[in-house]
Amino acid sequence: MLNVSVSNKSSNPAQSGGENQRSVKLAIRNLNFYYGKFHAIKDINVEIREKTVTAFIGPSGCGKSTLLRVVNRIYDMYPGQRAEGEVIFDGENILAPRSFPKLRAKVGMVFQKPTPFPMSIYENISFGIRLYEKLNRSEMDDRVRHALIGAGLWDEVNQKLNQSSLRLSGGQQQRLCIARALAINPEILLLDEPCSALDPISTAKIEELMYQLRGTCTLIVVTHNMQQAARASEFTAFMLDGKLIEICETTQMFTKPSDRRTEDYITGRFG
Amino acid sequence: MIGVVARRRTVDVVSKILMGVATVVGVFFLLWIMWTTLKFGISGMHWDLFTKDTPPPGTDGFGLRNAFVGSLILLGMSLLIGVPIGLMAGTWLAEYGFHSRTANVVRFINDIMLSAPSIEIGLFAYAIMVDPMGHFSALAGSVALAVLMMPIIVRTTDEMLSLVGNDMREAAIALGAPNSTVITKVTWRAARAGILTGILIGLARITGETAPLLFTALNNQYFSTDVFRPMANIPVVIFQFALSPYTNWQQMAWAAAFITVMFVLVLSILARWLLGTVQVQK
Repeated sequence: MLNVSVSNKSSNPAQSGGENQRSVKLAIRNLNFYYGKFHAIKDINVEIREKTVTAFIGPSGCGKSTLLRVVNRIYDMYPGQRAEGEVIFDGENILAPRSFPKLRAKVGMVFQKPTPFPMSIYENISFGIRLYEKLNRSEMDDRVRHALIGAGLWDEVNQKLNQSSLRLSGGQQQRLCIARALAINPEILLLDEPCSALDPISTAKIEELMYQLRGTCTLIVVTHNMQQAARASEFTAFMLDGKLIEICETTQMFTKPSDRRTEDYITGRFG
Repeated sequence: MIGVVARRRTVDVVSKILMGVATVVGVFFLLWIMWTTLKFGISGMHWDLFTKDTPPPGTDGFGLRNAFVGSLILLGMSLLIGVPIGLMAGTWLAEYGFHSRTANVVRFINDIMLSAPSIEIGLFAYAIMVDPMGHFSALAGSVALAVLMMPIIVRTTDEMLSLVGNDMREAAIALGAPNSTVITKVTWRAARAGILTGILIGLARITGETAPLLFTALNNQYFSTDVFRPMANIPVVIFQFALSPYTNWQQMAWAAAFITVMFVLVLSILARWLLGTVQVQK
């Protein structure tokens, strides 16, 4: 099963050669993260390359979601959670006390459970755009259409843009959330187990979407599903107990991982 | 073994009978009250109730126009005072206070306020407004009613906002929305039906309140919309007219009571229906 997916992957030309020369979009240095006293991320160093898909895998509670939550500082919402170290994004440390201007416009996030806002499909998309830009009606129409096309949802919803987003199916809601994040043209898109609440068909659609998006955007995806990592990512990182065990090209990770713990996890000995 | 089964069966049957009797007794009195109000209320119904003002003592005729208008003004002003404050306080509890010490103290005090005797609230409004101003006023009445309504709105707003999943807030914040936008555009909207239900329940609660108005808005035999003066209102009119020796006044009291009951009934049905839409969303 795994091998089939991996060989699919390696037949993709983008996978070979030039990949490693892509510039570094995000560099995480000596990152530690605490939920109160709980030390969730331990001294992580990792570099994410521009316009690639990087998957983070690992057992529950290993800190992979936490890592995503650091990158757009969503943890700021909660007192008692703090990060130490550096996250360098376009040459600037986003963890510096001075708040990074428009960080969240540049780093979008999609969550495990679809989170459409209780408003129409159109308003869901325009909500984010309005935070940063003042557009007239026709410009906004364009942007909304563009975002929905980008998320592969346009054909399904173009007749009902003013309907409540809560009436969409789970998979459609998740693609709406991706469209909402894409509408503000982020440079990095964080996906926290985006398919774990979805059926296989919706999952396939979203994986396909991730595959297409890496031309325009840097994607970091956390997943429990190793086939998904194998299918949809170019780089895979394995985390365990808050530490990064290894990161390498996905093909290598699933064929000859360098660490025995990675191999144990991938072959299903724990986790 | 058989003994146990038989005993359980007996307990089951006996408790079912007791519960049945309790239900019948409760519903019986409720229906009796409704029936009485309906019977006397309908017989007191008269078109003049809505077009003429309350007749002077000892004269014939019907009229409650000044009391209806007065009550609507009082309720409207109470909403204007109570809703913003209640909404803000409830929002603070759910969005900023969480389960901090301060928030829990506020919740505790609010719960006490929920069951505060209304006559005491009337006395309070009398002390802080009527006494310093030197005369009764509709404004003081609205303040008293607003204070009675506020704890209900605070409580429901707090609870309904707490029901909104944190993932919704995170999603909005992840887009870069400031807290104020998240609350006004997303969480209030998500909890809209529940919050509105709270306001309707609050309104239903104060519609029939008489005691606090006796100390504040008092009553007015004439038509008046001056909020700094005493104002006619339905509950106090019912109170005075029901105790009066005049037949037409007594009939008007029943009619007013009937209309009040209907108003509260409509509010309650509306609230239930709204609450139903909340559950559908979940």
